[in-house]
Amino acid sequence: MTDQAYNFAYLDEQTKRMIRRAILKGIAVPGYQVPFASREMPMPYGWGTGGVQVTAACLVPEDLLKVIDQGADDTTNAVSIRKFFQRTAGVATTEATAEATVIQTRHRIPEVPLTEGQILVYQVPIPEPLRFLEPRETETRKMHELEEYGLMHVKLYEDIARHGEIATSYAYPVKVEGRYVMDPSPIPKFDNPKLGQSPAIQLFGAGREQRIYALPPYSDVVSLDFDDHPFQASKAPHDCDLCGAKDSYLDEVITDDAGGRMFVCSDTDFCAGRRAEGHVGRLGEPV
Amino acid sequence: MIRIENLSKSFTMHNQGSATIPVMVGARLTIAPGECVGLTGQSGAGKSTLMRMVWGNYLAAGGSIMVGETDVATAQPRQIIALRRETLGYVSQFLRVVPRVPTLDVVAEPLLALGTPLTEARDRAATLLARLNIPERLWSLSPTTFSGGEQQRVNIARGFAHAYPALLLDEPTASLDAANREVVLSLIDEAKARGAAILGIFHDEGARSRVCDRLVDVTGFTPPNIKAGAAA
Amino acid sequence: MTLHPRNPEISHGTATPDQPLLKVEGLTKRYGPRIGCLDVSFDLYPGEVLGIVGESGSGKSTLLSCLAGHQRADLGRIAYDGRDVLAMSETERRRLGRTDWAYVHQNPRDGLRMGVSAGGNVGERLMAVGARHYGDIRGKAADWLGRVEIAGDRIDDRPSAFSGGMQQRLQIARNLVTSPRLVFMDEPTGGLDVSVQARLLDLLRGLVRDLGLSVIIVTHDLAVVRLLAHRLMVMKSGRVVEQGLTDQVLDDPQHAYTQLLVSSVLQV
Repeated sequence: MTDQAYNFAYLDEQTKRMIRRAILKGIAVPGYQVPFASREMPMPYGWGTGGVQVTAACLVPEDLLKVIDQGADDTTNAVSIRKFFQRTAGVATTEATAEATVIQTRHRIPEVPLTEGQILVYQVPIPEPLRFLEPRETETRKMHELEEYGLMHVKLYEDIARHGEIATSYAYPVKVEGRYVMDPSPIPKFDNPKLGQSPAIQLFGAGREQRIYALPPYSDVVSLDFDDHPFQASKAPHDCDLCGAKDSYLDEVITDDAGGRMFVCSDTDFCAGRRAEGHVGRLGEPV
Repeated sequence: MIRIENLSKSFTMHNQGSATIPVMVGARLTIAPGECVGLTGQSGAGKSTLMRMVWGNYLAAGGSIMVGETDVATAQPRQIIALRRETLGYVSQFLRVVPRVPTLDVVAEPLLALGTPLTEARDRAATLLARLNIPERLWSLSPTTFSGGEQQRVNIARGFAHAYPALLLDEPTASLDAANREVVLSLIDEAKARGAAILGIFHDEGARSRVCDRLVDVTGFTPPNIKAGAAA
Repeated sequence: MTLHPRNPEISHGTATPDQPLLKVEGLTKRYGPRIGCLDVSFDLYPGEVLGIVGESGSGKSTLLSCLAGHQRADLGRIAYDGRDVLAMSETERRRLGRTDWAYVHQNPRDGLRMGVSAGGNVGERLMAVGARHYGDIRGKAADWLGRVEIAGDRIDDRPSAFSGGMQQRLQIARNLVTSPRLVFMDEPTGGLDVSVQARLLDLLRGLVRDLGLSVIIVTHDLAVVRLLAHRLMVMKSGRVVEQGLTDQVLDDPQHAYTQLLVSSVLQV
């Protein structure tokens, strides 16, 4: 099955070593953006080139790989990246979160709690949380160096002033181990509480921006907020219409042209697992 | 309160061949609290120069100018600033203010600088402006648009807002009508009565003889060469 | 002297009316063979406004940026409230720049975040020193907008919607909200209409008086310093040629260059 024209997991060994060094440095300095020599990958920027390189550097032949896009295993991005590694690394793949040893994700953290030994790799479009308020990279680096993070709260202030509440609902900034402010990639803020004290290793790769950062297991991760506007991990106020889950992150699905809609778990593996256990939602049918 | 000893002054015109012109030597003068001294002498004899040296905007070449405990001739700028804030008032012939500031606040400013509460300072300013016959409808306007006589009265109100222990008055009654002249003279009388030492220039002889206890002719402080030149 | 505390509270040091807040000795900055400023020394006391005048290229802006820590001086000493500014770490110096010090740029666009609301602009310094209560931050921002005569209902508007004079007043509010003790101003009335200048001058005078600010103001406008500055420093070719009481320097200038400068001003 493996295409022998490529080295294991596509990248050459020197490149993987370079990326591993960046990953190790990222783990040693949680939340710090480590520059790395991002390679051209056989897919466009924005399709997860950063995450793919990090995954390639982590994979060993024994790994069981899971790839999700917005929680789903069966969307284009997830399918193509899974196939990419099936072909270039010949690793086994799975959709079951609990079984996987490496999970590459775009914009979600699985609902099933991760465990020690697992690696979660995030695809990151813009790693710099200060970017939107301070466009100068030289200045944002200086601000990280000197822990000048007042600007992060200016962004949240603007939210409340404009919308009456903190309207930032994804890529919600966090402070890691009391030191670096970090962009957790565009995960919904519903997932933010899962970032902290996770037994798994969490790695973040930004291909176009050439940055890698990391959360080692059991890191302290705090979502920024105001005393009088505390952080809230919000989700749509519904239960899953397929499996009835009350506490999972939901996608809204339009079902017809007459305003019909349903809410379903964005984590397809989680939803399928619950249905297999016999849980049935409002519109679901027993398996 | 004011004691001037052996004061001298010269100007060096660097842009006119660096000529140094001595304009005053050996000036001496004493003013006790409650006393008003008038400076006399022809135009150009040095009345304004002496006044400005006491105020501190002309540098003395030698001698001393004691105002209270401060020697203006040798004091640091910040000592002079403190002196002007607390001790020494000045009614000049020209009103120099930030444009667009209401007249009431222009007059109240010396009090505000001393930390007087705003309403109290404005009350005092209003009293003075009313006394000097500045119509109330003008109080909220900037004095920069006023007539010469009105500006002069605003300047006087400002100079008398705080009860300075020492006062410099440069032609305070010039360009005033009889009624307002009378108000100014009574303000001067009141200042003397509360113990202010006043140094003034009055071209108005009636005013001079009414408020001045003594006159000092500054021609006596003019250097001999200048005097000879002026006579020639 | 103890070091600047790491906590976000604003320090209140030992400066008294009799102790200089800022003591500058022999400050020198060269750009290769060219002189930026040479051997500048002065003391600034609490509540004092020091004007620095001179023509373009006289070194006044170089001096201001060295004092404010935007450029590093080659030689000399700057003591702020007894602490050696040039020996501070960058972290400490930038912290000072957010708390005790403020810097008002000539062009408000350089001192404001144009994409952030007026309230956010004013609140930033509060948040930078640890304020984390939205209601308090907004209350203080509203208070300061009022003090600089910006209507309260503009609090959520961006500065790009403001006139030049309003932008400059907003910049001042943004700088003064953390109650700094020392304010650097670079031609603060420079780009403004004359009538707007007047209003700003009045505002600045009031703030200096009410808050006891020490100010170093660089300008080429002698009328501005006469109304605002207690003391004046005249610079030419990077050197201070004359300094003293403002009206003394303007009315009885001693140095040839000052005499020329003063006599060159158009009378109005």
